[in-house]
Amino acid sequence: MDGDGEELTAQETALYDRQIRVWGADAQRRLSKAHVLVYGMKGTIAEFCKNIVLAGVGSLTLIDDRIASEEAFSSNFLIPPDENVYGGKTLAQLCCDSLKDFNPMVRVSVQKGDLSSFDVEFFNNFDVVVVSSCSLPAKKLANEKCRKISKRVAFYTVDCRDSCGEIFVDLQDYKYSKKKLEETIECHLRYPSFEEALSVPWKELPRKTSKLYFAMRVIEKFEEAEGRSAGEVSVADLPGVLKLKKELCAEQSLNESHVPDTLLERLVTSTLEFPPVCAIIGGILGQEVIKAISGKGDPLKNFFFFDAFDGKGIIENISNSNA
Amino acid sequence: MASEAIKGAKVLMVGAGGIGCELLKTLALSGFRDIHIIDMDTIEVSNLNRQFLFRQSHVGQSKAKVARDAVLKFRPHINIKPYHANVKDPEFNVDFFKQFNVVLNGLDNLDARRHVNRLCLAADVPLVESGTTGFLGQVTVHVKGKTECYECQPKPAPKTYPVCTITSTPSKFVHCIVWAKDLLFAKLFGDKNQDNDLNVRSSDAASSSENVEDVFVRRNDEDIEQYGRKIFDHVFGYNIELALSNEETWKNRNRPKPIYSKDILSDELAQPNGNVDKKCAFDDEFSVSAMASLGMKNPQDIWSLKENSRIFLEALRLFFTHRGKDVGNLTFDKDDQLAVEFVTAAANIRAASFGIPPYSLFEAKGIAGNIVHAVATTNAVIAGLIVIETIKVLQNDIKSYRMTYCLEHPSRKMLLMPVEPFEPNKSCYVCSETPLSLEINTKRAKLKDFVEKIVKAKLGMNLPLIMNSSNLLYEAGDVEDDMVAIYSANLEKVLAELPSPVTGGTMLTVEDMQQEFVCNVNIKHREEFDEEKEPDSMVLSGWTQHVSAPENKDKPAANNGASTSGASVPAAESDEISIVSPTKKRKLTDVPNAPGNETRNHQDELQVIDDEDDLVMLEGNMEGFKKRKLS
Repeated sequence: MDGDGEELTAQETALYDRQIRVWGADAQRRLSKAHVLVYGMKGTIAEFCKNIVLAGVGSLTLIDDRIASEEAFSSNFLIPPDENVYGGKTLAQLCCDSLKDFNPMVRVSVQKGDLSSFDVEFFNNFDVVVVSSCSLPAKKLANEKCRKISKRVAFYTVDCRDSCGEIFVDLQDYKYSKKKLEETIECHLRYPSFEEALSVPWKELPRKTSKLYFAMRVIEKFEEAEGRSAGEVSVADLPGVLKLKKELCAEQSLNESHVPDTLLERLVTSTLEFPPVCAIIGGILGQEVIKAISGKGDPLKNFFFFDAFDGKGIIENISNSNA
Repeated sequence: MASEAIKGAKVLMVGAGGIGCELLKTLALSGFRDIHIIDMDTIEVSNLNRQFLFRQSHVGQSKAKVARDAVLKFRPHINIKPYHANVKDPEFNVDFFKQFNVVLNGLDNLDARRHVNRLCLAADVPLVESGTTGFLGQVTVHVKGKTECYECQPKPAPKTYPVCTITSTPSKFVHCIVWAKDLLFAKLFGDKNQDNDLNVRSSDAASSSENVEDVFVRRNDEDIEQYGRKIFDHVFGYNIELALSNEETWKNRNRPKPIYSKDILSDELAQPNGNVDKKCAFDDEFSVSAMASLGMKNPQDIWSLKENSRIFLEALRLFFTHRGKDVGNLTFDKDDQLAVEFVTAAANIRAASFGIPPYSLFEAKGIAGNIVHAVATTNAVIAGLIVIETIKVLQNDIKSYRMTYCLEHPSRKMLLMPVEPFEPNKSCYVCSETPLSLEINTKRAKLKDFVEKIVKAKLGMNLPLIMNSSNLLYEAGDVEDDMVAIYSANLEKVLAELPSPVTGGTMLTVEDMQQEFVCNVNIKHREEFDEEKEPDSMVLSGWTQHVSAPENKDKPAANNGASTSGASVPAAESDEISIVSPTKKRKLTDVPNAPGNETRNHQDELQVIDDEDDLVMLEGNMEGFKKRKLS
């Protein structure tokens, strides 16, 4: 339970010693009071959950009513591959049981239901909301609901396909301070919502903007147009996806070379996650959430991309106030 | 096919700690089926914030074994073989290493890394190296003949401090910690037979050293409180006054102030038995604590001089009253609460004397214990990057090998920055067999000095063999009985007087059988050495220079190794710094490939260039291995 005293308990100090040396006791205290909501229990989210449970957040709520299957534990180490154990249970339930083990001081629980069914009041219970395995309309809706809450709710989406990964961050109006040399500097960042970011015309973005950004948008649009759930594409859809790409690039007056066919092909062919990328994206996302909760460190704004093919982890700032 | 390569691969992991747990998990999920893992450590509470395969109930058990059990839970049909052993043990010889397709290091000290590097070179097995500290991390790939080996580039050596700085002229808190830990604590609670520089003074003392020694020995009937105050006054009062008597030292330095217990704790000394609650009980010897005894709860508090003095005296008292049997054979252990309290208090009092700001117990413990700050997320990211490189290595996809740096602050929009590996360093004495040169006084230096200071310390050999052409001068490890006496005798002999004399012009061959590493050392005789700059009276060249701190000029005293909080270079668990910043400047040479020139022909900054194909490249030495464009 959250301590009512201001100081960390002896148990917390002993357990968190090494990380307190990274971000300080104050940040650790804030973590212990934070409530995190997570939707979509696949490999990357499993990694993320492991990271923040170890970090010592106050509570973690999991939503995923999908029944466990063989595919589920291909990249998810929280799910034991024993049908006697996983049979009939939902992904959220199975992950919850495993996560509790990592840190008894964190309350891990399951929430049933579809993401779109929750109202604004529900989201008000949380300080951080992370969604994955989520269609474009559902992402936008969840983001909007979070933005309606007066206290700031940090919102993140994450999507990993083939050996690529994307993180989106929305901290709304975010003020924090940091030390530079001997001075304390006050920083103020204004984040666009997911919808606002996506509405930035493609031709206005810097020439070198990550190709993965555009590719993800094409596939997102395709899934929406075809009424598919997130990740419900296959190589058979490639012709349709390439056609949509052409249309979107024309619409946006963007040269098609910015959205390579080979990249799109990779993303529709292997929709399973690649475990090393889950670890990388889950790690970066974990770090971002810890920064947002603790108020310490420069948060990334507002997209992060990783592609194992070139090995770069890139931050892209996709917003209207962008130069 | 990647999946075929993965399925058939036999992988060795060295280290089952922070990186190891994340790596084992990711390897298993990625389809690896035959993994061997070596780790000599057992699980501690402070590991549990990131080594997620371990639970509270596992504390004290073998990391390698518990890690294996945990992973088998979600991948029951793969083969994981754990070794609860030191990777330097003789069983892990070249033949052992040869059975693997790739070796993955998740170590925390330079020594073991160098050892594994040599074995991988000898066995011709690719090595993927890695390290993390806080938010920083990196992954590097080393393939014999194709890329640099781990030792081709200088790695920062452990930080050392000159004796006089520690004993007489501290200017930083870390100097006070080293004094408190390696001198005072050792003197009071450690092995009495060990040499100790505690009473080294810059001027010649009139009083005989025997009288001074008596101060530290507690007589049987001596009241513990009185003894404590006597020690306090001696080291913080008398010794300071003695140091002040040497005017020269303080010409350009701030004078320290002597501190006497009666001045700080005047009101408390009135009671001969101290305060009432000093007789508080402790559950067991592990919970004995001066802080608890004095009702001080928060390790993050900065104590006043008075509080530090109380802790000093109380900790000292508790060592004698509750842990008497330990006195005389203790070494400082960061997990020994009472020892940490004592060292913190002693360091803070000394700091007060010298006008240095004090630190909290939490911070002091980190410095004294060389604690590496660590979080789970960085280790997870690095583990993912290691597996990606491993798959490339298994497919022999040389052009795609990358050294990847995980940054805390983005550089050119990148948090993860890949860089192409360099070709092997032609003057690396480890992987390119370049001979070294040693200047030494062959008429004064003994063979044992050569073995300890050069062969073991600098060249990183564990079980060396020294030969002068075909004559075996010394061999470590398992030796035939009739040779033991001969080798022992040789160690004590002066070089020029060895059975096979070593003089100017001699070429010694030095070898570590286990590492299968051979090195030739050309001996050059030299009469005189500068006591200040060359305190060992030996100069080794042709050896990749270690980047050392400006303080490392004089004779090294204590080897604390840790950096103070806020320092830009992080220190690793065992004195080592594992991260090489990608923007660190390297030494430039004007004359490339000049003889005896151990530095390389590099541009002095790494430049990251985004070309059209978006490949991150290095400017600089462009021959051979590195290309400008992706083909």
